[in-house]
Amino acid sequence: MSEPVAVKLTAKDFKSDQEVRWCPGCGDYAILAAIQQFMPELNIPRERTVFVSGIGCSSRFPYYMNTYGMHSIHGRAPAIATGLSVSRPDLSVWVVTGDGDALSIGGNHLIHALRRNVNLKILLFNNRIYGLTKGQYSPTSEVGKITKSTPAGSADAPFNPLSLALGAEASFVGRTIDSDRKHLQSVLRAAAEHEGSAFVEIYQNCNIFNDGAFDQLKDPSTRDDYLIRLEHGQPITFGADGRFCVVHPPGGFGLEVRDTSSVRPEEIVVHDATVTDPAYAFALSRLPGLDLRNTPIGVFRSVDRPSYDSVVQGQLAAAKATVTETPEQQLAGLLGSGDTWTIV
Amino acid sequence: MTKQIRQLDRVVIRFAGDSGDGMQLTGDRFTSETAQLGNDISTLPNFPAEIRAPAGTLPGVSSFQVHFADYDILTPGDAPNVLVAMNPAALKANLADLPRGADIIVNTDEFTKRNLAKVGYQTSPLDDDSLAGYVVHPVALTSMTVGALAAHQVSKKDAERSKNMFALGLLSWMYSRPFESTLRFLERKFAARPELVAANVAAFKAGWNFGETTEDFAVRYEVKPAKMQPGTYRNITGNAALSLGLVAAGVRSGLPVFLGAYPITPASDILHELSKHKRFGVLTMQAEDEIAAVGAALGASYGGSLGVTTTSGPGVALKSETISLAVALELPLVIVDVQRAGPSTGMPTKTEQADLNMALYGRHGEAPIAVIAPRSPSDCFFAALEAARIALTYRTPVILLSDNYVANGSEPWLLPDVESLPDLRVEFATKPNGEDGTTFLPYLRDPETLARPWAIPGTAGLEHRIGGLEKADKTGDISYDPANHDFMVRTRAARIETIPVPDIEVEDPDGDARVLVLGWGSTYGPIGAACRGVRQRGLSIAQAHLRHLAPMPANLGEVLRSYDKVVIPEMNLGQLAHVIRARYLVDAISYNQVRGLPFTAAELETTLEEVLKNV
Repeated sequence: MSEPVAVKLTAKDFKSDQEVRWCPGCGDYAILAAIQQFMPELNIPRERTVFVSGIGCSSRFPYYMNTYGMHSIHGRAPAIATGLSVSRPDLSVWVVTGDGDALSIGGNHLIHALRRNVNLKILLFNNRIYGLTKGQYSPTSEVGKITKSTPAGSADAPFNPLSLALGAEASFVGRTIDSDRKHLQSVLRAAAEHEGSAFVEIYQNCNIFNDGAFDQLKDPSTRDDYLIRLEHGQPITFGADGRFCVVHPPGGFGLEVRDTSSVRPEEIVVHDATVTDPAYAFALSRLPGLDLRNTPIGVFRSVDRPSYDSVVQGQLAAAKATVTETPEQQLAGLLGSGDTWTIV
Repeated sequence: MTKQIRQLDRVVIRFAGDSGDGMQLTGDRFTSETAQLGNDISTLPNFPAEIRAPAGTLPGVSSFQVHFADYDILTPGDAPNVLVAMNPAALKANLADLPRGADIIVNTDEFTKRNLAKVGYQTSPLDDDSLAGYVVHPVALTSMTVGALAAHQVSKKDAERSKNMFALGLLSWMYSRPFESTLRFLERKFAARPELVAANVAAFKAGWNFGETTEDFAVRYEVKPAKMQPGTYRNITGNAALSLGLVAAGVRSGLPVFLGAYPITPASDILHELSKHKRFGVLTMQAEDEIAAVGAALGASYGGSLGVTTTSGPGVALKSETISLAVALELPLVIVDVQRAGPSTGMPTKTEQADLNMALYGRHGEAPIAVIAPRSPSDCFFAALEAARIALTYRTPVILLSDNYVANGSEPWLLPDVESLPDLRVEFATKPNGEDGTTFLPYLRDPETLARPWAIPGTAGLEHRIGGLEKADKTGDISYDPANHDFMVRTRAARIETIPVPDIEVEDPDGDARVLVLGWGSTYGPIGAACRGVRQRGLSIAQAHLRHLAPMPANLGEVLRSYDKVVIPEMNLGQLAHVIRARYLVDAISYNQVRGLPFTAAELETTLEEVLKNV
């Protein structure tokens, strides 16, 4: 593999020759366009970029990127990408997954990739529905969701993807929205720069089976009062003229939203994504209610922790550093180790 | 006292005791001493799945059998000539396997009322006449060991735990074994606690000296070295040999080996062994589950490593979907299945060959892959290299079907010359292969191997996407075209079926046999020993053993049809026999046992003689 050279690529360079086949109006189009536009910024040669996906609408993503890519099997993308990433630290490995793929069938691989801190950028397109199988409820659907498989309403409580990732102590956790290209790119940029697992939840509209799931966060008349835009080092305020804020009430376990006018300025939490204890980011992840009010977006957490890849490669390098023989000589030595005897 | 020395050509000893008595270690050391002397050897450990079953009970009995001879042997022996029984449970659990006249060395200290009651002995078998047909040597192993260590600075518990070394010393004396390697071993094992080195060495010597002085052991035995091919040998288990074979495959291919594994009996030792060989660039990952283990291995293969996953039957079942993905992706992947008795958890420490159907057919869709099986512990080394060769050359998953018997059994291994090992180098794709000189066609095949190019990420100009969806021939683009699917399914089948594998060889020293015994995998030893027995009685019989189960050797049909009868012994209910009948329309006789134990040569011999009578 040659060393990276200065490349001047454009969004067009990242478009494959395959016809994009998502439903017209799907949020995936916006995410694809945003990512294709953003990739050149990273200055990573296309051949060193790999997109690995599982199964579902979002998992068709790699076919449309003119990089290396693998469309694998349901839920297993983090496992496959782990093997690729740890054995090829020179690559930039991205996982594209959905709420069913990552949190239902593949939940185990997701949490283990995050706890290991494998150097993967994991993009979870969350539309709160199974689209490819035509409209069953997903592990992020709200309780009582009426779908083809739950005509009387779903009985099980959903996962909060960010809470789950933070419970697994993911070293980078963020959230963004398909329709806000600028914000989406800013979160992905931070994810790409992060060494270790970066988990990004992208709210994505399925206009066929769950249309309008995130409308309150997009509608100009509601979004400012619903969305909390996290910015590192800034007090957390939102709404028109910053009329709401986030505080840490004494005696409480988490964070709460208050009217800014009702609290002293020093009581307002200043966002710090580098807090080592995941409890802070976890508390942020618990702010939104079922109605999507108080939904933080941005980088919740970004902490330094050695990646699995670097530790494993470090062990290999340390072991190899002691070697003075050719591989064949080493092998002859290994085969002849232990108690041997010679017959003449 | 001068002892009589008697020459023997072969001996089978079984060390049996509680799982905490150190019988596996005792057997290992005795085997190593025997190897140093130059006997041919074959061993069979047999232990419970429970790490420490309740002390003194039948389920807690652990044993190690070693067969050694002055000629080449094929099995660990049907019946022990000597049983070392460390407690009443060990005696009771193993007595039925002993032929009349066998020697039994018992640790009398453990024959207490309580221990006897635990295994249902009303009276001590040492005191009644139930052992009249055997030569019983009552030895107060524990108390003599404790006595010998009285002056040592060790606790009573540590002193008692050294009794296995007393037993080893006694047996080493009885069979005139060189013990230097054991003393060196003890120094290494207890390097951090010199007082334990001294105690164990003293216990060993006390056992040796006891043999020398007691009148109970009037005879000492010798088994002369076997005539073996010149060269350097080591004793090796199947799991160790398989691990070294994978390391060798990495060296000979020039590729990093990536092992993704989840702990499972009896395959975990391969993970342990490979994790020690980082200086060869071997990367091991203990995954969160069996599916992740194979997924990570496949991901590594995609990146240009030799991806390997090791497991047992239940794990292969979980990996099945990913193996099918590897079939569609046409990437190299080695899946090691160390078979154990199933279904489900079954008997995890016992052997069986019942995963053949799963290996051949256990996937969704038409998903043919290569399957090969080692025939003996040392053959696991070469089988691993062969699995890697096929996987790398033909870009396909390969299942390597080992089993608990070869995995944990051991035998002397004539160390191969590294330069003589197969050259496994591969060429990654480096430039576009389309006619226009700029296009890359990830599914354009090599006309000879039908393998597609292996273009690893990082190669500029060859960016491409692969996946589980059906692909168009050559371009690899998604395709739902009916004719293309039909073509691709047939091509995937053909590329496995046309892998050239060596012809099957038939061993028929008399040249006039009318009956052929066909086996596969670990039954090679027992079948070979049974055939020898049959021939020693003046009868003719032919033996052939399959290493490649998919694809099968091109000459197999012709070989099978040239005999009046074909007998297929298997440790399953006839899985190979089904394949043979279906493929070759040969009315094979299936002989089956599924007891979790290897065939004994004697029972196979009887079966073969019955068949010969009716030819």
